Amino acid sequence: MTLFEALDLGLAAIVLGVAAWTVAVREVFSAVIGYVAYGLLLAIVWVRLYAPDVALTEAAIGGGVTGVLLLTASARLSRLPAPDAAPSAGLKIAAAALAFLVAGALAAAVVYLPDPAPSLAAAADENLAATGLGNAVTAVLIAYRSFDTMLEKVVLVLAVVGVWSVAPDRVWGGAPAALGPATPDAALVFLARMLAPIGLVIGVQIFWVGADEPGGAFQGGAILAAMWMIVMMARLTEPPRIGSGWLRLGLIAGPAIFLLIGLAGPFMAGSFLAFPAGFAKPLILFIEAFMVLSIAVTLPLLVAGSPSREAGE
Amino acid sequence: MSLALDLFSAVAIGAGVFFFLAGTVALLRFPDSLSRLHALTKADNLGLGLVVLGLIPRAGTPLAVLKLVVLWALVQLSSATVAQLIGAALRRRNAVE
Repeated sequence: MTLFEALDLGLAAIVLGVAAWTVAVREVFSAVIGYVAYGLLLAIVWVRLYAPDVALTEAAIGGGVTGVLLLTASARLSRLPAPDAAPSAGLKIAAAALAFLVAGALAAAVVYLPDPAPSLAAAADENLAATGLGNAVTAVLIAYRSFDTMLEKVVLVLAVVGVWSVAPDRVWGGAPAALGPATPDAALVFLARMLAPIGLVIGVQIFWVGADEPGGAFQGGAILAAMWMIVMMARLTEPPRIGSGWLRLGLIAGPAIFLLIGLAGPFMAGSFLAFPAGFAKPLILFIEAFMVLSIAVTLPLLVAGSPSREAGE
Repeated sequence: MSLALDLFSAVAIGAGVFFFLAGTVALLRFPDSLSRLHALTKADNLGLGLVVLGLIPRAGTPLAVLKLVVLWALVQLSSATVAQLIGAALRRRNAVE
């Protein structure tokens, strides 16, 4: 066994161990911490599979944003009165059976893949020059499978609408509750002041190099989102009113620009979502820039939750 | 020259790994959260610093060197802050009990 094989086996064992611990542990807080560690370990797994783009996304979304989302959710849950009755044994067994069924079906799909596995990698690589991009992953996301990517962003907007829609009528248009305590820890304020400007530059850089190297709109946008969240947690700024026109414009900018350019496709290049020859790269970067904006606005709004203060407050 | 640089890298990275190991052992063996936190922040900052130092001769371009150093500085900043935050949370919890 080579050194790398031994390391990979060890990594796989740790991932499985952390996953099992996350499921087994009783406290919600510990489970969330386990889940974040699991996400970061998965990012290392993706690096070992030579998929740095997926690794970046996993670290930013699986480890970072989802972790914050679950932590705030668990903090909110713990403030609610405890439920009167524990879930019945039947319900527990049904939930476990459903989880096993989904995991089993996924595992079977992976195990019974034909050998060699079907791949469009060669075709993706062959046509890369037509897009003007150097990173095949970005080409797949914004050019070859652009319809899927556009719908993914629409789903994110729908998620925000879903979160907002549970608010009572009287606070509609108001702001979500503040993300941190009234007097945040001085160390956190210091971190937010130091890190936010640097993170802003790094987020934009990761989006920009995504055209030719690992990176892209989602990873860059997630970093920008994290910076906004940390600034809100340090109470240097407050969550915005959801009635704000600018906020809503930022929320839909990505999918809207994508759709507009897609609708111009039939006139410029012959079909929906097609890019005219020679203009593919600037158009892709233009779409991606607005995607970054939308992602950076969407993720913090999901964490901030539904409005709880009236518009005037 | 390249042999000397290789040797430098090996020694620095080896020392870095030693500090990570020491930090991990301390995390597992120290009795209370504050001591564990103390060991972890010291060991990880020094460990990562030495690993970065060992990687600098192998980085190739000045930009790559800069990125490595920035990486270390960012980890310093976040780990020092997180240590402060966890320490403050522990003090609050101890004050309640």
